[in-house]
Amino acid sequence: MTRQTEKDATSRRDMLAGAVRTVCGVGFFGLGLGMLSRQAQTHPATTLRPPGALAEQDFLSACSRCGLCVRDCPYKTLHLADVGQGPAPGTPYFIARQVPCEMCPDIPCVVACPTGALDKSLTDITKSKMGIAVLVGQETCLNFQGLRCDVCYRDCPLLDQAITLERHHNERTGKHAVFIPTVHSDKCTGCGKCEKSCVLEEAAIKVLPPELALGRMGSHYRLGWEEKRKEGESLIKDIIDLPDRGYRDGTATPYGGAAPNASGGFKEFKP
Amino acid sequence: MSRRPGPAAVQAKGWLAAHKWLLLRRASQTLFLALFLAGPLAGIWLVKGTLASSLTLGVLPLTDPLIALQSLLARHPLHVTALIGAVIVLVGYMLVGGRVYCSWVCPLNVVTDTAHWLRQRLGLRDGVVSSRNMRRWALFGALAASALSGTIAWELVNPVTLTHRALVFGAGAGWAVVAVIFVFDLAISRRGWCSHLCPVGAFYGLVGKVSVIRVAAPRRAACDHCMDCYAVCPEAHVITPALKGPRPIILAGDCTNCGRCIDVCPQNVFAFATKGSQQQGEFVP
Repeated sequence: MTRQTEKDATSRRDMLAGAVRTVCGVGFFGLGLGMLSRQAQTHPATTLRPPGALAEQDFLSACSRCGLCVRDCPYKTLHLADVGQGPAPGTPYFIARQVPCEMCPDIPCVVACPTGALDKSLTDITKSKMGIAVLVGQETCLNFQGLRCDVCYRDCPLLDQAITLERHHNERTGKHAVFIPTVHSDKCTGCGKCEKSCVLEEAAIKVLPPELALGRMGSHYRLGWEEKRKEGESLIKDIIDLPDRGYRDGTATPYGGAAPNASGGFKEFKP
Repeated sequence: MSRRPGPAAVQAKGWLAAHKWLLLRRASQTLFLALFLAGPLAGIWLVKGTLASSLTLGVLPLTDPLIALQSLLARHPLHVTALIGAVIVLVGYMLVGGRVYCSWVCPLNVVTDTAHWLRQRLGLRDGVVSSRNMRRWALFGALAASALSGTIAWELVNPVTLTHRALVFGAGAGWAVVAVIFVFDLAISRRGWCSHLCPVGAFYGLVGKVSVIRVAAPRRAACDHCMDCYAVCPEAHVITPALKGPRPIILAGDCTNCGRCIDVCPQNVFAFATKGSQQQGEFVP
């Protein structure tokens, strides 16, 4: 540091300016990248991931965007997302209404994946969860109108398992039945055949990503009957049997005593 | 602005010899692209996938080690195929030179080289000059973003893989990125992308620190200081140590082993060599 002060000052100024420039550049870069990665984590509900895909957040940490799954898909179901198309650029997706998954038993896309973004432990395609079909168009679905369209039900590869037809009373006519296509989330793989085959101009049944389709209870929720079943008996023992209201007639008093009368303890009603 | 390098070498050794490594490099870039394109275009599936991950002849898995690193930082335990692929690629570039990826494989190299050629032809000034360290910050930023966001962050914007994907899978918006890089290098900053900003290059530059194959200056005593090598080199700062330093060899990781200095030198100062071959002292021509 024996140089002239003036030169020192210039170089210090240059250095500071350079440092500020670097910090700004890196800041903008980081911010931009951060925003992009946030945005990439919310992909549209109509774009489904291939079979065995990890949950979206994990998928984005795993998929190298190489396209090997796309290449090995025999039905050209899968595509790589372009920039600004919705899913993170370069990641594989399919749109059920265009080309649904044909559920190959050997699952070539999963076999092709080098990174494990498509989970190798998936060996039975009927166990995959690409999404879950939801009958969203309850005002347009022909079966809801009382017709027997049944196309989604017939086209489902897991016939009578993933979608069943449930008979209900036709409230409109008052004397007929309606057969409601009912999706069973434990069986539905989200292949999208039902959405593809729906005869309406806009499909009444749509495959949604599982987390979107199923909803989610609060993690602290406990269903009393489930807990009771697991425990084998009621969890709350020696429950205090509070008096039932309504024993107002002479035969029964609110505080014990005589048994309820024949009409179930209520005063007989005579209009 | 430096003068246009080349004519002296062409005069000294003929056009072909003065463009040997450039032609070989273009052939290599074309070959790599052709291997990836032979499948989708002609149905000859020698190589499947993209530069991110690929499968050659159905047996050889290759994965970009930078993508693998980001994935690991995003806390994804990579499947063994990708790990093996990343190690193969890493070891390969440790042998032939880290940034050989940049100059012999990367599809953007042709774009930025063309921009630079045009810039030289038009006699444009250097424009905005950012620090060469910027790319290391960008690399650090990309890795940090991956770790923090739990995604392979750089792949959201990486122009290298975006371009390659656009070529191999025909994605439309990838071309816009290519155009932006071209205009940036042509009109805004001289060698702005590859030599200053690209974190992929920075990563392979770090890999290249240990690489075996190097450009050496065995006949540096014959150098007549025409400066053509400096003018042609995308990373000119790497040359000085080889010409003036204790060992007549380029050891910097930034060197892309493109071989253009070998081409344009009328005195044949430079040659490819292995790391150990050029020892202390002067190598007598």
